[in-house]
Amino acid sequence: MKRSKRIETLDARPVNLDGYINEWPEMGFAAMSSPYDPEPSVRVEGGRIVELDGKYREDFDFIDQFIADYAINIERAEKSMSISSLDIARMIVDINVSRKEILELISGITPAKMTEVMNHLNVVELMMGMQKIRARRTPGNQAHITNLKDDPVQIAADAAEGALRGFAEEETTMGVARYAPLSAMALLIGSQVGRPGVLTQCSAEEATELELGIRGLTTYAETLSVYGTEKVFIDGDDTPYSKAFLNSAYASRGLKVRFTSGSGSEVLMGSSEKKSMLYLECRCLFVTKGAGSQGIQNGSVSCIGVTGSVPAGIREVLAENLVAALLGLECASSNDQSFSNSDMRRTARTMLEFLPGTDFIFSGYAAEPNYDNMFAGSNFDAEDFDDYNVLQRDMQVDGGLRPVTEEQVIHVRNKAARAVQAVFRNLGLSPVSDEQVEAVTYAHGSKDTLPRDVTADLAAAEDVLKRGITGIDVVKALAETGFEDVAASVLNMLKQRVAGDYMQTAAILDRDFHVLSGVNTPNDYMGPGTGYRVDGERWEEIKQIPHIINPKDI
Amino acid sequence: MQISEELVRQITNAVLSQMSHTGSSSVSGDVLPASSSPVPSMSGRARINEEKTDYSGYPRAQKGTDPKEVVIGVGAAFQREIKRTICDIPLDELLRNVKAGIEEEGMIPRVVKILDTSDVCFMALEAAKLSGSGIGVGIQSKGTTVIHQKDLYPLSNLELFPQAPLMTLETYRQIGQNAAKYVKGEQVVPIPCTNDPMCRPKYQVKAALMHIAETEQLDPEVGAVEWEGR
Repeated sequence: MKRSKRIETLDARPVNLDGYINEWPEMGFAAMSSPYDPEPSVRVEGGRIVELDGKYREDFDFIDQFIADYAINIERAEKSMSISSLDIARMIVDINVSRKEILELISGITPAKMTEVMNHLNVVELMMGMQKIRARRTPGNQAHITNLKDDPVQIAADAAEGALRGFAEEETTMGVARYAPLSAMALLIGSQVGRPGVLTQCSAEEATELELGIRGLTTYAETLSVYGTEKVFIDGDDTPYSKAFLNSAYASRGLKVRFTSGSGSEVLMGSSEKKSMLYLECRCLFVTKGAGSQGIQNGSVSCIGVTGSVPAGIREVLAENLVAALLGLECASSNDQSFSNSDMRRTARTMLEFLPGTDFIFSGYAAEPNYDNMFAGSNFDAEDFDDYNVLQRDMQVDGGLRPVTEEQVIHVRNKAARAVQAVFRNLGLSPVSDEQVEAVTYAHGSKDTLPRDVTADLAAAEDVLKRGITGIDVVKALAETGFEDVAASVLNMLKQRVAGDYMQTAAILDRDFHVLSGVNTPNDYMGPGTGYRVDGERWEEIKQIPHIINPKDI
Repeated sequence: MQISEELVRQITNAVLSQMSHTGSSSVSGDVLPASSSPVPSMSGRARINEEKTDYSGYPRAQKGTDPKEVVIGVGAAFQREIKRTICDIPLDELLRNVKAGIEEEGMIPRVVKILDTSDVCFMALEAAKLSGSGIGVGIQSKGTTVIHQKDLYPLSNLELFPQAPLMTLETYRQIGQNAAKYVKGEQVVPIPCTNDPMCRPKYQVKAALMHIAETEQLDPEVGAVEWEGR
């Protein structure tokens, strides 16, 4: 066939590098609904759910049983289930029905009913629902802080800059897992240099992550993964019960925790039981609620390449974020994984959470160039900072970030790098040279920094664990090396663990360590004239992007 | 790899039949060619490969006693239903390089096929537990690889190579060398990480299909079998 030049041009567009697949429900490639999804049903006998979504108790798998026993408000169940899914969907977008009323009603419905409700909502209605149902009054944002070399000095500098730019939470992970103690420590120090009160976590193997948290080297945890089918749970050596125990382990030490789920994981693991991605994700979210977690990171997350490949996949991603909010969970709404070669497509996907606002729009945003992002790339990265700031200004939307100046960036990066240098020296860990501090201060990414002595770093990381170094040792080291202000901030972060207020739903801390959560600053949106509006100081801040024309220069 | 060959054949057939239907009339005639996608629907099918390989007659994998041994645990579809990794590296070549890497460091490779899990961390841990040295390498048919040690947590590891599309034969050789160095108790410098943020959009669906093709070949009753000299 003679080729059309028009079609050849289109074929070469970035969007056609992405992977797409037809619906194939038998393998789970179905976003919003599958012919194999169960019909919603519930039956209560003797104060116990004996039938859930067409299955009798004796046929329950452990997920069904966990949901029936812990995730559904039994007193409300039959009444909530008697209301039609269409009516519930309409209430979700009705500005005259409050968030509180909806959450109460939703507390009695089942996963299959929730799936049916979502299927009545188009993307604009889903966004309307999110604007109204999100837990915290103000939206927030989270960063990924990682690099290809696992260089702790760069982690500290990027954390400081990210905190300065407005991220309320920062998450790191490693290329080489054994770096974890150094990564966690550097992130903790850097974040507090950038803006006191930023929460930090280190995504690692679960036992390591818990240990780092208990030692006070991190201030929250997020990587407690749950799945929508029993098989995938078992493959991960887990059950809903083991996740609930792990959650309690963190809670017992006063640490904020959220779970992680997201559609597509069951498909990727080859165990979707022919169900739709949305239905399986609803099961995950009910398990999360039943386990007593205050929140979830979801929105397909690392499986976005699967969910994004099927028809209505991106609608499904927003639907699962809204389901989390409807269950009263804090929602850190993904946008954290590279998803498309097309700038147009990746931006459009993020607008679904950016415009209504979620508790954390990204979970997280790569605050380094994507080549350094060790979560295999985020949907937005450090090179998109100005685009993002302009989007906030164009639409008068609070995306959680703010413009900064070059002088501020250099200042906080340098201070963070020096603080890590001082702490490592004070604690007898691997050395950080002045040249490294200098390189990291002015760097964009790890291509601009000096190599680390990996063997020495790994020995130091092991040493941190062996010697039982804790957050208090970091405070002491900072105080003894002239970084009293940073020491005070890290100490204040440790105090949060004793107070425990920041374990409330959707909690973040302001620069004075005051908790802002869904409990003390709940979302009160009920249509025009209500809820969070971008105005006052915050609006002035958003307006101050770089590169504004000065009329006097003309 | 059967899945892509089969899909390509199906697509080719579909395209050919469509072309023969419309013929040259699509250019000169006034009949608008069909607008449906040439990719056939898979709906209603519950497997990728209809055939399941029977491993019941294979020798069961034994726990090794040689302290110089490194066990390589390959995926259920390895070299059988799937012949090439996600980025088209022939699995025969891949295996030859891992083994050569181990041998270059003076250690002894042994290959087993893991049939009770397709999760690469658990595959690698199982290989490590079968290994006389306690060091094992798990390799999925799509190319994802983990170096593991028998006494570590399952989801922990010595080295993990999660982005299969970025792997080269040279990396596989280094993996063999590093696995051997762990046996020798040397200070091992981990193989530098590589990262391509655009892997996911391009490869994740293919990864899902390959993993399904691997998982449907599992046979937990058999567990693990000796795979060398198959």
